[in-house]
Amino acid sequence: MLDKLRIPERHYLHEGHSLRSWLLTKDHKRIAIMYLMSISVMFFIGGLFAVGIRFELATPQGDFVTADTYNKFFTMHGIIMVFFFLIPSIPAVLGNFLIPPMIGARDLAFPRINLLSLYIYWIGGIFTIYAMITGGVDTGWTFYTPYSAAGSNSHVIPVALGIFIAGFSSILTGLNFIVTIHRMRAPGMTWFRLPLFVWAHYATSLVQVLGTPVIAITIVMLFVERAFGFGIFDPARGGDPVLFQHLFWFYSHPAVYIMILPALGVTSELVSTFSKKTIFGYSFVAFSSLAIAIFGFIVWAHHMFVAGISTYSAMVFSFLSFSVAIPSAVKVFNWTATLYKGAVSFETPMLYAYGFIGLFAIGGLTGLFLATLGLDIHVHDTYFVVAHFHYIMVGGAIMGYLGGLHFWWPKITGRMYNNFFSKVSAIMVFVGFNITFFPQFVVGYLGMPRRYHSYPDEMQVLNVMSSAGATVLGLGYVLPVIYFLLSLRRGRVAGPNPWGASGLEWQTQSPPLTENFVEIPIVTGEPYEYDHVPAKESHLV
Amino acid sequence: MSNVVAHAGQHADSPSRAHHRALQHHFDTMPQQKEAAVIGMWVFLLTEILFFGGLFVAYMIYRIWYFDAFAEASRSLSLFWGGLNTAVLIGSSLTMAMAVRGAQTNKRKATVNWLILTMILGCVFLGVKVIEYSDKFEHHHVPGPNFVWASEHAAPVAEGGAEHTPAPEAAAGHRKLSLTPSQLQRTTQIYFSLYFTMTGLHALHMIIGIGLMSVITWMAWKGRFDEEYYTPVELSGLYWHFVDIVWIFLFPLLYLVERHT
Repeated sequence: MLDKLRIPERHYLHEGHSLRSWLLTKDHKRIAIMYLMSISVMFFIGGLFAVGIRFELATPQGDFVTADTYNKFFTMHGIIMVFFFLIPSIPAVLGNFLIPPMIGARDLAFPRINLLSLYIYWIGGIFTIYAMITGGVDTGWTFYTPYSAAGSNSHVIPVALGIFIAGFSSILTGLNFIVTIHRMRAPGMTWFRLPLFVWAHYATSLVQVLGTPVIAITIVMLFVERAFGFGIFDPARGGDPVLFQHLFWFYSHPAVYIMILPALGVTSELVSTFSKKTIFGYSFVAFSSLAIAIFGFIVWAHHMFVAGISTYSAMVFSFLSFSVAIPSAVKVFNWTATLYKGAVSFETPMLYAYGFIGLFAIGGLTGLFLATLGLDIHVHDTYFVVAHFHYIMVGGAIMGYLGGLHFWWPKITGRMYNNFFSKVSAIMVFVGFNITFFPQFVVGYLGMPRRYHSYPDEMQVLNVMSSAGATVLGLGYVLPVIYFLLSLRRGRVAGPNPWGASGLEWQTQSPPLTENFVEIPIVTGEPYEYDHVPAKESHLV
Repeated sequence: MSNVVAHAGQHADSPSRAHHRALQHHFDTMPQQKEAAVIGMWVFLLTEILFFGGLFVAYMIYRIWYFDAFAEASRSLSLFWGGLNTAVLIGSSLTMAMAVRGAQTNKRKATVNWLILTMILGCVFLGVKVIEYSDKFEHHHVPGPNFVWASEHAAPVAEGGAEHTPAPEAAAGHRKLSLTPSQLQRTTQIYFSLYFTMTGLHALHMIIGIGLMSVITWMAWKGRFDEEYYTPVELSGLYWHFVDIVWIFLFPLLYLVERHT
């Protein structure tokens, strides 16, 4: 047994150690590793701005930074976290690494385009960091006109260009996944044998491909208005700022599903693996991903209920927004049914999955509050909204990302991380998250608006709770960096399938070969066959 | 049951020979590689449709709101140059199709010649666009602080400067306009903002297309393509036809607003 568990001689990390072998690689796994490092840097930069925000809000007076600086803090926090961390997080790292081995392929369909997407991401990131260093931008991550077009004196153009450029990275990743899932599946890997992680990424890719071009053209219109004095959104010339909001949210609402869908896919994998049970209602979970992607495109105007849109269209958008709850609930109920009478365990990835399900449920249900026309008028642009979308983006997307990272880390590196500290960090993230954001529901409902750097004295208790929770949350995020890095040298050798999972990616060595498989497998079994067949034999019959 | 299927065995599916030199390591057969590339291109064109789609939405809304301004501004464009460019671009789609055909049937010289002809037509289009743009600069039809809209059809301003009530005797032109000069001065800018953004992005796509084609032409000249591998030619063809189709929509929307009156 001990003989078996050794890091294999040949694997993708050993195919050259030079910088050149990394920067010019076409291996999806190496590109995923470079994405992992890049988005981690962005995550901690975006996190620093969050630290600044929570520090300022620890006291009711605006005493740490000026209002202008505070505007830049929350803007840069939002832009970096949304466009440079959350959007690429699971797809570009875990999806990139795992989709080819999960479907039995040697690589993505377009390896060079995959590398190109990383370079495009870097260029977009450089633009944004340049703007950040030279003074930042203060429009909010939403860039609403006319302020962004004519009012703001900050670096709107370089940041907007950075987002425009990074968008193409997202488009190319999505395009690559769609073609790969269509054309690169191993013999016998039918659509309904695909892991739900792959289904979720297929739905995500559709959103990336259909939504991102719209934010691109919106940024182009904002650019020509700000740079050349064109008047597409300028009310002084008859232009309509609300049109900007429509176009912006046509992408930016589906963008939420770019963040959450892959996390839903990760959770499906985790729940099934750590219950040792076939996922309950496979096809319902698979199609609910597509349903979320489709519904995601027809609910955008719920961000604009108080922007002056007609009551009739607001009612339609309110109704459609409610209907997103159906496919979301299908997933949650199916996971619960999968857990029921399963051999449930409490490994670190599963702790994240439990956390995800709870936080996603709270985030989703408070979304229904906001989709309600009357209530939205009360809580619009308050901390209630801030808390809601952080429950989805942080409690949902980042919990899913971390759960996935802990689950596949032994596959990626061939080694296990520290079991105790990883559980401590998972609990810290969950507890810290709730202490940070639950008080914000209350403070928002009491009427504290978002994007202000001072607030009435009686709201201090809740804000101090929030800032204290953020400290715990932050430490919970730093801890994995330490034990992940330590595991690279000291970690126990994981072996090909440490969790006894059934997916095709676990049937190959850890870390995998550059070409993933010695021989392309033929798939004869159904996915998640935990009930009948021992895991290691489930796919390769 | 056996769990072994060597991927090398699958090359036997390839119609002619086991290993085409253009076959990448992660594909099994040339048809699989080609299908992947073609699907990828179509997905890319889908993103392009949504990219231009945002502009078309803006155009639609403002055209409904400010129809008279759009009609007025549209009449200032030259039908001759616009019509000529439409013909040139449709012609270039034909030559592009011939180039793809040439590559398919393994005719190296024909492919190269058709590609060069396509690039020439593309350059003619861009040249005409330069003439049209410089005309706009001369007439101060570029939106921004220097924009001036002097219309002979607009309602004249009453002496007292009551510009918000259009004068009834304004029907000097073929059509009675409900907009005062100052309203036209403002709202025609929206038309020209969209005109420059739409045609500018279209022209940028053409420049990229010509750039792509010069690489493809060089590859064709070097004899890189044969009847089994001509994917790059086909993909540039798809792209070029897409750029052509965008213009087919832009021409009537920008040049032909209420021309019949």
